[in-house]
Amino acid sequence: MSIQVALAGNPNSGKTTLFNALTGSNQFVGNWPGVTVEKKEGRYKGDKEIKITDLPGIYSLSPYTLEEVVSREFLLKEKVDVILNIIDGSNLERNLYLTTQLLELGIPVVVTINMLDVIDKRGDKIDYVKLSKELGCPVVPISALKNRGIEELMETVVKSAQCSFETKNIYSTELNLVLDQLSHLLPGSLDQHKTLFYSVKLFERDNKIITSLNIKIEDENIIQSIEKKMDDDSESIITDARYSYITDLIKDCYVKVNREKLTSSDKIDKIVTNRLLALPIFALVMFVVYYVSVTTVGTYVTDWTNDVLFGEMIPPAIEGFLVAINCAAWLQSLILDGIVAGVGAVLGFVPQMLVLFIFLAVLEDCGYMARVAFIMDRIFRKFGLSGKSFIPMLIGSGCGVPGIMASRTIESDRDRKMTIMTTTFIPCGAKLPIIALIAGALFDGASWVSPSAYFLGVGAIIVSGIILKKTKMFVGDPAPFVMEMPAYHAPRVLNVLRSMWERGWSFIKKAGTVILLSTIVIWFLQSFGFEDSGFVMVDDINNSLLATIGQTFAWIFTPLGWGEWKAAVASITGLVAKENVVATFGQLYGFAEVADDGVEIWGTLAASFTALSAYSFLAFNLLCAPCFAAMGAIKREMNNAKWTAFAIIYQCVFAYAVALIVYQLGNLIINGVFSIGTIVAFIVLVGMIFLLVRKGKTSEKLEVQYSVH
Amino acid sequence: MTLKEASVGSTVTVKKINGQGATKRRIMDMGMTKGVDVYIRKVAPLGDPIEVTVRGYELSLRKADAAMIDVD
Repeated sequence: MSIQVALAGNPNSGKTTLFNALTGSNQFVGNWPGVTVEKKEGRYKGDKEIKITDLPGIYSLSPYTLEEVVSREFLLKEKVDVILNIIDGSNLERNLYLTTQLLELGIPVVVTINMLDVIDKRGDKIDYVKLSKELGCPVVPISALKNRGIEELMETVVKSAQCSFETKNIYSTELNLVLDQLSHLLPGSLDQHKTLFYSVKLFERDNKIITSLNIKIEDENIIQSIEKKMDDDSESIITDARYSYITDLIKDCYVKVNREKLTSSDKIDKIVTNRLLALPIFALVMFVVYYVSVTTVGTYVTDWTNDVLFGEMIPPAIEGFLVAINCAAWLQSLILDGIVAGVGAVLGFVPQMLVLFIFLAVLEDCGYMARVAFIMDRIFRKFGLSGKSFIPMLIGSGCGVPGIMASRTIESDRDRKMTIMTTTFIPCGAKLPIIALIAGALFDGASWVSPSAYFLGVGAIIVSGIILKKTKMFVGDPAPFVMEMPAYHAPRVLNVLRSMWERGWSFIKKAGTVILLSTIVIWFLQSFGFEDSGFVMVDDINNSLLATIGQTFAWIFTPLGWGEWKAAVASITGLVAKENVVATFGQLYGFAEVADDGVEIWGTLAASFTALSAYSFLAFNLLCAPCFAAMGAIKREMNNAKWTAFAIIYQCVFAYAVALIVYQLGNLIINGVFSIGTIVAFIVLVGMIFLLVRKGKTSEKLEVQYSVH
Repeated sequence: MTLKEASVGSTVTVKKINGQGATKRRIMDMGMTKGVDVYIRKVAPLGDPIEVTVRGYELSLRKADAAMIDVD
């Protein structure tokens, strides 16, 4: 008989460790449909008939956060045989709060108390038998870390799936009277076991549930009279009732050894978030993360993959083979310049990403990531971002692809999306050659050009953050920054490695296809074109389809000061990888190959650009849609076509607006040129300022749109 | 007095949570309910948010949200 188990619990309760211990390698990691929330499924090692779905880590089943709505929908709509509720034994009180909500769902619940080792070490005592009797469900102690009690737990789960289950009612007689009245409004077709859950939701005026049931509470008096009496709103009355119940329950079942001594976690925290030391320590940690994953180890392996593995080793070998079998020239080119280059583009990022992911997993697992948010929150929340956005942006200055992937550690969906959209504004390593090219060719290598690019990037993030957080798509600030600071502990090697592997693999799988396909499309456009003999494979990029496209659309960039088609073509090839911009310019100007900073073409470039148009070109290329690899990462993380498109279009429009303002207003100030373009640039500037300063919409109600089917 | 004004190192008792909707629910979901004792541990290096101990665990919240909580 197959059993569907839903694993539910608070964040930091050891849920991931338990899930790994239960499923081993039999797991599948993906996303809940259409949202950024991660979904894990697996089968129990000891019995493949038991399917386990790992719900997001949640504190409650409120309708206000995406994770909670996702979990609630799953529990209500899918056929769940048993809820396995994991509780952190060293933090019983708050963990039991979720339990009181799960017990109302009318689904058999097995409570498992984790961190036996920690409880034992502290000398605390939990009366499991009494707790089980009080809650009306089995309670099994385990240590997920030490793999203790797992088999007994799963035996209990199987048994519970076959037994009948009573929902637990924790409310006072007075409250029950009201709930009973409300239950008469429920449709008769509803599962009898779920009556209590739905009555409570009616009482709480939970709009999502009420709408889904298609009913209306006509007599608000039932609720209002008790609200008046208890001087609180109905939602808070319920929350209060739950915690009062737990406080009483704990008194009977939990003996805490009185201790004044600081735990080792407290001692670490005293130093790590000390008012004076916190920032230097933070800077040091970030430096190490950046230095190892971007500057040294990460770059060595990435360079090796790109230059040696996909430069000197694989392509010549394949080429030799293709020549030997007399393969047609176009097919050779497709395989080498299209497919192999595309696969190389995907895999080239992986080693660096894996190094970064190890760090992220360690920071998350040991509890420091929560402190990063604590330390940086004050700065980042002004721009509608989370304190944790610091890490994606820092990494983004090396490479935007792992930067975007690092946004996974941000808990609020809204902050995560905002971070994904803005991370690539920071100039990444591949954009440096473009900066060097423009600085060298037009500005005599002036030292201010490169820092100005970073200011531009940071400015773009700040401006975008403020503009976006006021738009309808990001409206309000409904999920406040109320965050648990988990106790520090040594990171677990297995968890770290697994997390690294999962994230790396999901990049290859989800982003890989996009990157590969788009590389092939650009290859095709670049390699084919019309010459005198008809549609052929061209040697000179000037005759390619891409050049034709560039010529057709170059006018779009005329207002930015660089309507020359070669610049447009260079920008398009920059989508494959930003450093291509330099190489493409070289090819267009008749050089087979140019240096990294394109020193050979500085003269030609200086002739066809002015300082202003060159800076506008630079600004556009730094801010517009990132390379395909980064776009693939955006798609992977957004997990939603609409949001991906919105992010990329926003970046392009924003880049265009900035370049337009730079060129047109610069032209007015420096050269005194006034044209229609100047007026348009002014309007754009005023519009931007308006978007910056207008009063944002704020909403107390968060509309979380989600449905399982 | 609100939780925002309470000094670091003191223990206070929650009297009432003001506000409504998502923010209030979230604060209460984390265990900040009437009558519970809250110990103010520290303030972040940049002055906001604050970190408190409630129901035996550490919680951080912004001063703006702490201002919604009346304490004794």
